[in-house]
Amino acid sequence: MSAGGSGSDVERVFRQEAGRVLATLIRLVGDFELAEEALQEAFAAAVAQWPISGIAASPRAWLVNVGRNKAIDRLRRQIRFRSTRRDLAAEAAIAGQAAPPDESDDAFGDDMLRLIFTCCHPALNAEAQVALTLRAVCGLTTQAVARAFLVGEETMAQRLVRAKRKIREAKIPYETPSPSTLDDRVEGVLAVVYLVFTEGYAVTCGTDLMRQDLCHEAIRLGRLLDGLLPARPAIQGLLALMLLHDARRNARATPDGDIILLEGQDRSLWDKTQIDEGSALVAQALRAPGRPSSYAVQAAIAALHARAPRHEATDWPQIVGLYEVLRRLYPSPVVELNHAVAVSMVDGPARALDLLDAVAARGWLREYHLLPAARADLLGRLGRREEAKEAYRSAIALARLEPERRLLARRLSELS
Amino acid sequence: MQYLLLIYDNEAAVAARGEAGMAEMMTEYRAFTQSIVQGGQFKAGDALQPTATATTVRVRGGKTLTTDGPFAETREQLGGYYLIEAKDLDEATAIAARVPSAKFGSIEVRPVMVYG
Repeated sequence: MSAGGSGSDVERVFRQEAGRVLATLIRLVGDFELAEEALQEAFAAAVAQWPISGIAASPRAWLVNVGRNKAIDRLRRQIRFRSTRRDLAAEAAIAGQAAPPDESDDAFGDDMLRLIFTCCHPALNAEAQVALTLRAVCGLTTQAVARAFLVGEETMAQRLVRAKRKIREAKIPYETPSPSTLDDRVEGVLAVVYLVFTEGYAVTCGTDLMRQDLCHEAIRLGRLLDGLLPARPAIQGLLALMLLHDARRNARATPDGDIILLEGQDRSLWDKTQIDEGSALVAQALRAPGRPSSYAVQAAIAALHARAPRHEATDWPQIVGLYEVLRRLYPSPVVELNHAVAVSMVDGPARALDLLDAVAARGWLREYHLLPAARADLLGRLGRREEAKEAYRSAIALARLEPERRLLARRLSELS
Repeated sequence: MQYLLLIYDNEAAVAARGEAGMAEMMTEYRAFTQSIVQGGQFKAGDALQPTATATTVRVRGGKTLTTDGPFAETREQLGGYYLIEAKDLDEATAIAARVPSAKFGSIEVRPVMVYG
């Protein structure tokens, strides 16, 4: 036992260890909800003991041991009342694991992967996957998860209960997937992590701390995955993409919450350390043989933006080239749009306008405000002011976030 | 753990596959059934007559109401089932993916409730 252990120290240790302890407890007790309850009880025991005796030398092992015993107690109480076959079997299974839990980092890592893959199991809907991951893997409270997704705490609690019930009743396995399905399942996990990140990143005002928190949680998850499944280009690519985008967090908005576009951002506010880390990861991810991951290519584009000392010094031809790669390997309407914008910086606005009109002619992105916004910008650069104004008006009608509407309105007024 | 695999397919599309298509399907189903019998996962399984033969029964206020056809009109209709034994959902969904109709219709995987 180490000396000291104030309330906030205990909180910090708990926040750090909650995911891993829960992951191991689920394996030991074989039930998600029972393990969660046991974790809460173990934490309550720590809150009572550690301020007096000091934080345990190995808090993780301490919490696992206490949690495991609490789970056995709980099952014994249930057996006394209900004596069901299931409870008896569960109690025998936990008590049968007489050997002390494996405390090596490897074992904890394996459990953490099991937990992540279970939370991101494709048999759960996307909302449930995200909520479970934030609650169980990141250790956020139900209240915090609810706030992040702008739903009531009651609704979020229900969503979590339903998901855990399905895990138990449909018997979603608590296992790392077999090698034959591992790549697909990793893609699923990355989709969840990226969803958490974009949910945090989409709000541009930068005053809502909870949202910034989501970006940090997503990056933390990315790092965790990169540590558990090293040298996987898709994981490296996504982590790089998130680090590079997040590196601009302090430059993306004015103190009043107005959007500052890339070309107007104060580059001295960008997080240099994060850009270096992201760039190094992109390089590794792209060196891997085979088809490059979509995240890695997107991250390579973000790295070119991030490494340009001035907006005018951006390597647009290479960015166009990377969008060509995305168009070939991972075609999507949004890729077409971004490609056209990049082309305008190399071949000029007229050529880009043709590309955008081709996107619109296919009926793509009808509801997406950035299509008319990009058209408006190109038309403005071509001196076709009336058409540009019309396009800005369409974009304003489609934009859903207040800061986006303000930015478009500013652009419109600059034309008048 | 037991799971019921409910096989849904579009009846009209099934009929449109013609005799040769039907025969091919039957061969595939025989091979699939044999493989899960040998694997020890097969508990039961049947194909159903089309929904044109279905009758729906309800009892309301002590009165039995009998109507023609399935309870709900949907794009895909229940055409058969397998009851299987699998160690977990991943094994059950892997087996469901091998049901020949999975290529055309869809297979709903439902855990069988365990009491006590």
